[in-house]
Amino acid sequence: MTRVEHATKSSRIGVMLVAAALVVFVLAPYWGDRQTLRLLAEIFTFVALASLWNLLAGYAGLVSVGQQAFVGLGGYLLFALAMLLDVHPIAAIFIAGPIGALVAIPVAALIFRLRGAYFAIGTWVVAEVFRLLASQVSVLGGGSGISLPAAVVIAMAPSRQLREFETYWLALGLTVLVLAAIVILLRSRHGLALTALRDNEAAAQSCGIDVARIKFLVYVLTAFGTAMIGALIFLQKLRISPDTAFSVNDWTAFVIFITVIGGIGRIEGPIIGTIIFFIMRQALADLGSLYLLMMGAVAIVVMLWAPKGLWGLIAERFGWQALPLQRRLVPTPNISKKERKP
Amino acid sequence: MAPILALDDISKRFGAVVVADGIDLALNEGEALGIIGPNGAGKTTLFGIATGAVRPDSGRVLFAGEEITHLSPERRCRKGIARSFQIPQPFSGMTVFENVVVAAAFGTGQGEAAVYDDCAVLLERCALTTKANQRAGGLTLLDRKRLELARALATRPRVLLLDEVAGGLSEHECAALVTLIKDVRAGGVSVIWIEHVVHALLATVDRLLVLHGGKFIAAGDPHAVIKSPQVAEIYMGIAADA
Repeated sequence: MTRVEHATKSSRIGVMLVAAALVVFVLAPYWGDRQTLRLLAEIFTFVALASLWNLLAGYAGLVSVGQQAFVGLGGYLLFALAMLLDVHPIAAIFIAGPIGALVAIPVAALIFRLRGAYFAIGTWVVAEVFRLLASQVSVLGGGSGISLPAAVVIAMAPSRQLREFETYWLALGLTVLVLAAIVILLRSRHGLALTALRDNEAAAQSCGIDVARIKFLVYVLTAFGTAMIGALIFLQKLRISPDTAFSVNDWTAFVIFITVIGGIGRIEGPIIGTIIFFIMRQALADLGSLYLLMMGAVAIVVMLWAPKGLWGLIAERFGWQALPLQRRLVPTPNISKKERKP
Repeated sequence: MAPILALDDISKRFGAVVVADGIDLALNEGEALGIIGPNGAGKTTLFGIATGAVRPDSGRVLFAGEEITHLSPERRCRKGIARSFQIPQPFSGMTVFENVVVAAAFGTGQGEAAVYDDCAVLLERCALTTKANQRAGGLTLLDRKRLELARALATRPRVLLLDEVAGGLSEHECAALVTLIKDVRAGGVSVIWIEHVVHALLATVDRLLVLHGGKFIAAGDPHAVIKSPQVAEIYMGIAADA
């Protein structure tokens, strides 16, 4: 009987670190001030956005520069549902996901006719169309935007502090949900196909993998997650406008930067990348536009010296995986004696 | 009985270069066919056309009598056509074992856990067991070629298309490869083998075809074909009627 295991020594350490971090983060309202909570919640949303983009571009090879379409869609859905239909904002987040996925289906039918750079541009065009459409909806503030009415905000929790806690835990919970879903996906049979697709599309096809179907599936799934995170982001901000909701800078350029420097095509990459991004932002934010120039310089240096990102460099050198995703054949006594230590 | 794989009047040109000029080819069930020809003769393109990676300009591809000309590569793989690539194309970030599991699970349409046993046996057969948990991207050329073969076999093919699997191997490694391919044939798999290492082909195939300028210019018994004046002409530049 063949035995296969997923865990390695590095992944056992990784899982323990993740569990410890989770405990620390869950308890953050007890040790952190309001500023810290807001910063952490923002970090979590970027981890989630970058992880979703990584799934899309890193694994499925769909290099989209238009994911802000779904961030903005989610944000506007939150406002529409809460203001026009009296839906509780938290419920609205969970409704935004499926609607985002539904919208992604016809969008995919359209842009999947394009390849490579044309696909990337196509996704951007779609996001711009969404932005222009949003600016036409006058009940949601049209081109100048709108704030979430105080009544809706106050109804969320009895005190301001509790509401801050609530949105913090929501951000943590949703990010954990997104990451867990990605881990489960990658450990499944589909994940096997996705990882093969990441490494070599032609070979994946010749091994019987329905590449077109899995790309479509990933596109719709990431739209689901991205719309949910979008709704969450604008529940944190409490104000939305077409330019902030569909910002290519905030929701795509930074997300690509994070994923590329962290390590594209690896689940750990976006997490490492987000940490680096926020350290840089906190340290350099006072420098104004110089900060963006320095970030660009970092991106160029990483791409030249570590094209697979920082985690890619580490993983290839040491064979590490922070999460148990690999399938490893457990040596049986009659084979591979050489590998076994005396 | 219809041949297991047939190319019917296939033509393909890349710009001005004609790589297939009305090619007919029939592989019978259980047969092993060798194809030789100079570089650029269109050998690999034929495999591309058979597996669906390359679309022919005209002509039909048939599998066991059924037309598959417009079927996608993955559908053809699941029907039972497997290929190895001339330049190995491993899933370099995955382990050797995972590479084979992918092909086994998706090539046969089975669940992942259901193929683990078969994959372990296959790795043993292809002498890759000790490297099962290594990253495929870090393998030596010989092991990449072995993996290429293991992955093709994992899809449980009825037709196996081998593209220069023996190139760059030592005498000893080549002999082991011939044994393995004979073993695969004995299991009922039909084979087409493109190869420059002629003695490996002669030891294995029933029929030998010579491709030149997008056409088969000689076909038949391997030993007779290799001694034929046409082969001497294209490989040595000696005129056929001299």
